[in-house]
Amino acid sequence: MSVDVPAIEAKNIWFSYDTYPVLAGVSLLVRQRDFVAILGPNGGGKTTLLKIVLGILTPQKGEVRIFGKEPRKALDRIGYVPQNTSVNREFPVSVMDVTLMGRLGRSKYGWRYSSKDKTLAREALERVGMWEFRDHYIGELSGGQQQKVAIARALVAKPDIFIMDEPTSSIDRQSQTELYDFFKELNKKVTIVVVSHDITAISSYVKSVACVNQRLYFHDTGEITPDILNKVYHCPVDLIAHGIPHRVLRDHEEFGND
Amino acid sequence: MIDALRFSFMQHAILAGLFTSIVCGIIGSLVVVNRIVFISGGIAHASFGGIGIAYFMGWPVIPSTLGFSVLSSAVIAGVSAENTQRTDAAIGAIWAVGMALGIILIDLTPGYNVGLMGFLFGSILTVPLSDLWLMVPLMVLILGLTMIFYKGFLAMSFDKEFAKTKGVPVKALYFVLMVMVGLTVVMVIRVVGLILVIALLSIPPYIAEKYTYSLKGMMLLSSILSYGFILLGLYFSYVYNLSSGATIIMVAAVCFFFIFVIDYTKKKLRVPELKL
Repeated sequence: MSVDVPAIEAKNIWFSYDTYPVLAGVSLLVRQRDFVAILGPNGGGKTTLLKIVLGILTPQKGEVRIFGKEPRKALDRIGYVPQNTSVNREFPVSVMDVTLMGRLGRSKYGWRYSSKDKTLAREALERVGMWEFRDHYIGELSGGQQQKVAIARALVAKPDIFIMDEPTSSIDRQSQTELYDFFKELNKKVTIVVVSHDITAISSYVKSVACVNQRLYFHDTGEITPDILNKVYHCPVDLIAHGIPHRVLRDHEEFGND
Repeated sequence: MIDALRFSFMQHAILAGLFTSIVCGIIGSLVVVNRIVFISGGIAHASFGGIGIAYFMGWPVIPSTLGFSVLSSAVIAGVSAENTQRTDAAIGAIWAVGMALGIILIDLTPGYNVGLMGFLFGSILTVPLSDLWLMVPLMVLILGLTMIFYKGFLAMSFDKEFAKTKGVPVKALYFVLMVMVGLTVVMVIRVVGLILVIALLSIPPYIAEKYTYSLKGMMLLSSILSYGFILLGLYFSYVYNLSSGATIIMVAAVCFFFIFVIDYTKKKLRVPELKL
């Protein structure tokens, strides 16, 4: 695969659920090995844009290409971690079985997975440190552990693009730092797109930022300036990083010592 | 009771119960984990329209109801697949309209309507051999479809959005599931009747879910529980001369109640563990 082909290319996307457009002429270009944060207010169309990229929703106008192909034909190249990974607590399913669901793109029929699928699931679970929980019932796990399983489920297909919706919604601050360090390591080989409303946690890790609020504002630098935020949120938002790009905000103390 | 096993009606009942338990365990588990118990109730009741058509036209009841039930499942699948805000209202309407159609058609049918109560409340002791022969291919079809699409069903039931990103044809599978619910309803009508079908689809899986760690296990345990309830219900109804369908459901309900009480007391007595 040529390095020049963009990982994700969305051109002039229009989407509305009823009559009011959620996305109005949004274009997005994500290069290979990029680490993009998609920011924006609630209801601004972040998740909708994500679903269009994932091929779950079809836009009324515009087109999306994943490595130059239609989203439906590139399903295997994307690993997706949904926002709410702890919806179905009562469900009778083990951690291993949830992880194996990530192999569905290659292994659709029957009731068993191959030993190759199981080996890959083991690798993915070991990578997120959840292998010892493989036989546990998914409902027994904490929110953070369930999220790790969801990450393993996304990684098990060996995706070239890793997409995560609101990664910090169900975990504490310590785990957030671990998670972003994990992403940084993953990003050496894989393109990462993270949707978040939590600007401070993410600003130190990303390479570029896209802000979605009906329209899209793209910033190559990973820098978030008050001007951008004003455009997106339509009201002033305090910026802890004060516009300094790639600022490392590991925790508040370190910031305070500066 | 043992003497009764010599009679062909009792042998038929035991076989019908076995076939019914297998499909109820499988489809009931899918119904419970997908939270479509109410929708399945709608399919069951709407099937009464099929019974009405069979009576009116003088057709064989179970095969005609099969056609009607599959049709109403497809309609209900179409209505509920879009997940609109008023799905429940639409299903309530289909539920009642199917029944009303059945009642009117039976009113219009001249003569005394033999066996009508049997379809409403079940009569496992009068299952004819022809119905048993119809049950076998239905059971094989349901088992086969579930085995082929098991992984897709599991992923769809657990996390629909994620399943879609992996190319699982969620809408098509939902449609297949609904049609299988329709087929199951028709199979179970003979055993507990269409009014009581929903209990056999929900009580055993609901109990099984508490004691299993996989959907496969839930299906297996539900089937075993269903068969236990059917055999026990059959026994009590035979010994005490009660309606078989209602007795089967009451046995299931009493077991469910005891399990619930035991579970509740266990939880109350357990020292809270410190979670790390």
